[in-house]
Amino acid sequence: MRWLDQPASETQITHKHRLWLYGFAILVMVFLLAPTVIVIPMSFSQSQYLEFPPRHWSLRWYEHYLSSPAWMLATATSLKAASLTMLVATPLGTMAAYGLYASRMKVAGIVFLILVTPIIVPVILVAIGVFYVYAKIGMVNTLTGLVLAHSILAIPLVVVVVSSALKSFDLNQEMAARSLGANRFKAFLMVTLPQIRFAVLTSALLAFLTSFDEVIIALFVSGAQNSTLTRNMFNALRDQIDPTIASISTIMIVISSGLLAATQLLGRARKS
Amino acid sequence: MNDATPAKAALPISVGGLTKTYGNIFALENVSIDIKSGEFLTLLGPSGSGKTTLLMVLAGFTRPDHGSVKFGDNEIVRLPPHKRDVGMVFQNYALFPHMSVEGNVGFPLKLRKVPKPEIATRVERALETVQLGGYGKRGIDQLSGGQRQRVALARAIVFEPRILLMDEPLSALDKKLREHMQIELRHLHEKLGMTTVYVTHDQREALTMSDRIAVINHGRLMQLGEPKTIYERPANRFIADFIGESTFLPVEVKAGKAMLGGRQIRTATPPEGEGRRLVLLRPERLHILEGKPPARLNVFEATVRDVVYQGDSFLMVAVMADGREIAVRGLTRGARVSAIPAAGTSVKLGLDPDETALVPDDEG
Amino acid sequence: MNDEKLSDAKLSDAKLNDTECGGEKLHARELESDARRERLALLGLTSPALLLIMIIMVIPVGWLFWLSFIGQDGSFSLENYARMIHYKTYFRIFRTTFEVSVLTTAICCLIGYPLAYFLAHLPQRIANLCMIAVLLPFWTSLLVRTYAWLVLLQRKGLINDLGISIGLWDEPLRLVNNLTGTLIGMVHIMLPFLVLPVYGSMRAIDRDFVKAAANLGATPTQAFWQVFLPLSLPGVFAGSLIVFVLCLGFFVTPAILGGGKVVMVSMQIASNIELFFNWGAASALGVVLLVVTMAILVVASKFVRFDQIIGGGHGR
Repeated sequence: MRWLDQPASETQITHKHRLWLYGFAILVMVFLLAPTVIVIPMSFSQSQYLEFPPRHWSLRWYEHYLSSPAWMLATATSLKAASLTMLVATPLGTMAAYGLYASRMKVAGIVFLILVTPIIVPVILVAIGVFYVYAKIGMVNTLTGLVLAHSILAIPLVVVVVSSALKSFDLNQEMAARSLGANRFKAFLMVTLPQIRFAVLTSALLAFLTSFDEVIIALFVSGAQNSTLTRNMFNALRDQIDPTIASISTIMIVISSGLLAATQLLGRARKS
Repeated sequence: MNDATPAKAALPISVGGLTKTYGNIFALENVSIDIKSGEFLTLLGPSGSGKTTLLMVLAGFTRPDHGSVKFGDNEIVRLPPHKRDVGMVFQNYALFPHMSVEGNVGFPLKLRKVPKPEIATRVERALETVQLGGYGKRGIDQLSGGQRQRVALARAIVFEPRILLMDEPLSALDKKLREHMQIELRHLHEKLGMTTVYVTHDQREALTMSDRIAVINHGRLMQLGEPKTIYERPANRFIADFIGESTFLPVEVKAGKAMLGGRQIRTATPPEGEGRRLVLLRPERLHILEGKPPARLNVFEATVRDVVYQGDSFLMVAVMADGREIAVRGLTRGARVSAIPAAGTSVKLGLDPDETALVPDDEG
Repeated sequence: MNDEKLSDAKLSDAKLNDTECGGEKLHARELESDARRERLALLGLTSPALLLIMIIMVIPVGWLFWLSFIGQDGSFSLENYARMIHYKTYFRIFRTTFEVSVLTTAICCLIGYPLAYFLAHLPQRIANLCMIAVLLPFWTSLLVRTYAWLVLLQRKGLINDLGISIGLWDEPLRLVNNLTGTLIGMVHIMLPFLVLPVYGSMRAIDRDFVKAAANLGATPTQAFWQVFLPLSLPGVFAGSLIVFVLCLGFFVTPAILGGGKVVMVSMQIASNIELFFNWGAASALGVVLLVVTMAILVVASKFVRFDQIIGGGHGR
């Protein structure tokens, strides 16, 4: 155990003296990961009461989920809404981020603040406000209404992510392109965009996930035929513990992990 | 000046009354310059002098508050950068990392809708011109600093612009490479013949490469002239100080004579006007005199304080009776090393009147 | 090539004077309008996004603002706000919200700081690997995580089973449908929001500071408390701010894990609409929540620069 006597930092404090920190940190990491991870095996449990570890393994809750028209409809709605949100928020947010970056006006700071307000305002307010307005114009329970509302939650994320990528981008390259004969739009398409594409893609995934996971707005604004997955899950949880939710949760965890892995790969590919 | 006839005739540039302010600060103040067709003009000045701003106005990236910029007979001050058809080399090269060398160099040709086979030929020709023939397929990250600089150059000339702008392109290179590239760039200019505007803060570089130098400070044009003129007849103290090394001695001009104390300082032509001037003493123009000095020389007496051996030359700092320092630079050559006066000895320093210049006692 | 004399310099001086005496500012007006047009065009790129946010958020929330001043009978009145001061339940709701937020923030700081410290001192590659522990929950739906805790904290759930079998306690503890469960859930949700900015600010601390402290005679403990900790405080402040503000408006987790015993402002707003259709009451509560949130952020903005948090804080 020579390692214990090695210094752990510039102050030459040894690993031995820091063991308590390592133990504590590992406990916290377990605390963070455990719930998410445990849901996965629980979803394969045969019994009505979720148990860990499952005494009998079974796929019945998955079957129940996949064969339920209500759940399938909700899933389709969520996927559609998330995809559309991604398609709306990403271009709008990227354009806005680029406009702020290139204009260099003092008012850009205020515009940035306005663009970011949706994540500062408590979601419940946005939800009931939007519900109120939609009720007046008959847009409650429509996919369009849901996508528009989710888009304003996603746009700030896109703006922030793309803005920070642009900050580290060398503006001279666009100037070089323009000196060589490209107008601003062509310069953006041919020189800037290829180099910030990882940020744009990451923000697109973020936009997708923001919509897919969103609960509160969906509670108020989606319903009936256009009820989302999260809305149904929330209502089911308030009533009783339906083990089907475990299987849905597992699927959602797999989707999230996949998207997270994708962004990490994108980040790594960019650095290479 | 170059005698080559380029494929496309180079354009003269005419800048008139150019002013650019940022708030209360004048980045450029009423600058007017006429650049001759095919000329290599250097914009020389310290950081923040406005030389880069002027270049950016020529390129179209900085919009002046008011003024005129003409390429040939065309007023182009309002023309957007992508329509100006000028080649530009940036200080950090601004090569596109997501394209290969040939992608970068071919980029302007692609924009001009040149057919693919012709692009390939012209790219290779441009690369050969900068001695990077065959490097087309390489990635930018595989190139050294000097190679990147040359790719940037190739990209700027491949579409045969009639004007070339360069923003301190050699500043990131080490000394040896920089000096080599200075000569290379000069050769390239003579071969291609395009009007070149070159920005640098390195006065030696400006003296080496230029047909004419425009000295710029505080956004204003201080002096425009050939390197020899700028060096030997600087228009004001700032220029004299910025270019080459110098010592200044105050003199009083009265009735066509420049008087230092009671002694007359002779110059090539009689000084005009009246009042305080400065005598410009260049270290390398002062001779260390032995024996009786010739009558026509301007003589300064001083005591040697320091002698610094610098390999190819030596620097001697001597102090005059009134406490002023004079710097003298001389070449070290064999026997002459032992002939350098030691610290503490008295010396007589001579300056030929033809090499004695008077400079106004102001910053211009 | 003749030697050009001092007169050459005078020539260029003369040229300068000519233009000055001329007095005209060539193309001044056109250049200015060109510049203005270009700037506006670029800013105009932000307009679709701005428009969407204006329509979908600013207008509805503004409408709510207005609604809060409309009484039951439809006329302008302050009764909605008056009700909040009169009824004890509202006071309890505000207090609960505040307590939960403060406790969550405090616990997150206590357990999040050591974790961030640990991660910040790992070699970059191992740290990136361990960050998955922080990022994976961050990316997982909060509904899923809340549900996981609901299952884990049950009387017959995993935690109780484990505790009893190890012998830590005899009777199943009541860990859910109360404040405890809510706090556990909220800490789990909020922890990444704290760890990420703190980690970011710790990584940015120049290690030379600690070396200098050691060189000047500080023990490792002293170097930490007197040099490292103060330098990391801006990140802690930013993270705590984010967590606190998020907690104030939080809905899903307290609703599910609180069992009805923990009522936060957002839940009251929701039930006012869903059950009572009392727009006046709901919007008044919403306005108060919004004003408090904004006030906190405005005060905090005096102490911290937001572009640092948003740009550098999140690991995303």
